[in-house]
Amino acid sequence: MKRRELVTRVLIAVAVVFAVGTPLYFWLRTPLIHAKIAENGGWSPDVLLARPGEPLHLRLTSDDVVHSFAVGKTDMQSVDVLPGKVTDVTLTFDKPGTYTFYCTRWCGLNHWRMRGTIQVGDPASTVAAGAAPTAGKVDVPLYVTLGLDIDSPHDSPLVPGVRPSAADGEELAADSSVSKFIDPDFYRTHSPYQAWRELRNTSSYSGLSDQQIWNLVAFIWRSNTTAEELASGRKRFAQNCAACHGENGAGHGVFADQLTAAGQASMKTMAGAKDMRRQTPANFADAKRMLGASPALLQGKILRGGMGTGMPSWGPIFTQDQSWDLVAFLYSFPFLYQE
Amino acid sequence: MNRIELTRNPLIKGALKNRYPQLALFVAMLVGYLFAILAGLISTPVGNQNFSIVFVWIAWWAILILVAVPFFGRGWCAVCPIPLPGEWLQRGATLDPPHRKPGWANLRWPKFLRNIWLQNISFLLLALFSTLVLTSPKLTSVILAAMLFVALGLSMLFERRSFCRYLCPVGGFVGIYSQTAPIELRVKDKRVCATCEGKPCYNGSASGYGCPWDVFPPGLSKNTECGLCLECLRTCPHDNIAVNLRPFSADLARPSARLDEAFKAFIMLGSAMIYAGILLGPWGAVKDAAYHVGTGTWYLYAGAFLAVIFVILPVPFAFCAFGSGNRHPFKKRFSTLSTALIPLGLSFWAAFSLSFVLSNGAYVLASVSDPLGLGWNVFGTANIAWFPVLTSLLAPAQTLALVGGLVWSAHTARNAAGEVHVSPIPAILYCLAATLVMLWLLL
Repeated sequence: MKRRELVTRVLIAVAVVFAVGTPLYFWLRTPLIHAKIAENGGWSPDVLLARPGEPLHLRLTSDDVVHSFAVGKTDMQSVDVLPGKVTDVTLTFDKPGTYTFYCTRWCGLNHWRMRGTIQVGDPASTVAAGAAPTAGKVDVPLYVTLGLDIDSPHDSPLVPGVRPSAADGEELAADSSVSKFIDPDFYRTHSPYQAWRELRNTSSYSGLSDQQIWNLVAFIWRSNTTAEELASGRKRFAQNCAACHGENGAGHGVFADQLTAAGQASMKTMAGAKDMRRQTPANFADAKRMLGASPALLQGKILRGGMGTGMPSWGPIFTQDQSWDLVAFLYSFPFLYQE
Repeated sequence: MNRIELTRNPLIKGALKNRYPQLALFVAMLVGYLFAILAGLISTPVGNQNFSIVFVWIAWWAILILVAVPFFGRGWCAVCPIPLPGEWLQRGATLDPPHRKPGWANLRWPKFLRNIWLQNISFLLLALFSTLVLTSPKLTSVILAAMLFVALGLSMLFERRSFCRYLCPVGGFVGIYSQTAPIELRVKDKRVCATCEGKPCYNGSASGYGCPWDVFPPGLSKNTECGLCLECLRTCPHDNIAVNLRPFSADLARPSARLDEAFKAFIMLGSAMIYAGILLGPWGAVKDAAYHVGTGTWYLYAGAFLAVIFVILPVPFAFCAFGSGNRHPFKKRFSTLSTALIPLGLSFWAAFSLSFVLSNGAYVLASVSDPLGLGWNVFGTANIAWFPVLTSLLAPAQTLALVGGLVWSAHTARNAAGEVHVSPIPAILYCLAATLVMLWLLL
């Protein structure tokens, strides 16, 4: 073989190896976390490992639509993950444990299924990170402590004729002491109906009409929260709940309607697809449902999810405070907090 | 006719005869081609952000249809990397011919397939699945890789570039449209060839290979089958090969009378119109049907697609070729007259391509900075948001292209009709009607 033919062949081989090797090299060296709508697999990988106190660098990309990445029970601001683009995120976890990351964009009908876990191992532990995440102090939800059955019906036997107004209740409260009701221990463990019944049976309120007592209850419920907590609850509701429950809480979010129309599996009940009635997400404006539910019961439903419906479990995502804020906000649907 | 012989210039001739500049281009293209295959497989599946989609279906297509074909004819074929690996193996060399003959099968291509019907079929197959192919990087990669392997396999089985000549889905239309280009490779003096011994331009010699496109250069009268590979320029012992600049569409003055080429013209005309309708038009249901390959509605779409190309377009055109007492057979009249559809089809494709190139061209900027979707920003353009380019010029440019194409095709129709002694008026009216439909689809 002539020398120049040999040199040319070597140069061509180098060029081909370069063309194939370079992309493969960089691709293998750059692990990305891919986001896809849940129907196509959600997060991949969906289990990440980290060590407490050590920064965890993540490179996220979306393979389809716009997603957003957030880690539950942390104060991390969610970041958008755009199709075909790479988003860099650095997280540091102080405590060992299992954290849930999730999508905060309404990316598809099964949006809420887009979740994964970050297992933060304890370097002091002999167990490898990820194999058995060290359980931190477990907050037992109040509904468990109280022994509430959150799956049984809890309708209020009585409902007000008009939406109870906290402002009207406040005027009545000026003349009558309701301070014993403005207490987290009472508020969280009683349904508005239970509070109403207690007030009704108290002789000092015997001069008030049923509606006036409902107004008092509305005032008590609002007094057990703050404007900041309501704002925080509103934000979380808009981000996580309104897709199904609707912005006005009436159970007609965009996904709910689409799922019902499509008879989609994600919202099927345990009774099967034919039981379409229960596919509709809870209507928070329904006084019967809401006035019979205590904050502890609502918090339980939020944290545990299920109920034989497509309701996700938010326990791994919301902190206790965040879930109480959300519950407080939910009562702004049956009650009139602002004129 | 007035020609300017480019190879008269010793610099140009030297650059064309020397193997290294062409080889360097070939290798650069091969590197890009392999990179595009890999990018399609490993980079983001998001089409408009993936290098393979953006560079193949937007950048390459724009260059091919708006620059390469109209100005350089088969200029793309002259640098296309697809036949390279097979050709190197077939030849047993990357440069000049080796002393020994290659040991591969070296069969002759079957006679009944010595036409572009297979290319018509391969283009139609791509066209029917195009909505998927144009948006799926993985599928694009699979097709690019498949073309490379099929070309390689055919090079091992058959002599010369049988893939390019008879199977390549792109080669067919580039061939017929290259007749319009202002560039050609021809022999200077056919009398010299008549007395040339050994015909090294076809059979090869120590200084070069016999025509890879299985063309006998002295017989070249149109660009369709000449791949501009320049081997004959290297092998001709009499310096009798010229690369000429010439007037546009010079080959169309001597119309082809082949049915396979006539149908290629209908395929190209029809698919340009269908694409304008489904990719740019407002009919969501049709677009949906085109996307959902394998469903009932897709079969309807595919049926309609084929009906447009094989019935709705050619049947009315057949009436243009009728003429009682004409001594030319109908098939010849039909095929000859269809030459008029070549400039028309090219202008349709130019108008259609302008639309999606100007609206999608900006993706090139982001893709070139982050070709593997790994978050790079090589040229600082990775995060440029999409924007349409020169949209104010789009409608006038499209109108100009279509009207120009109509005038050009009318001129060609007059010439072709004269060859087979039929009236050109019906064919011109046909072209006018098709142009009006295309104008309506685009604007």
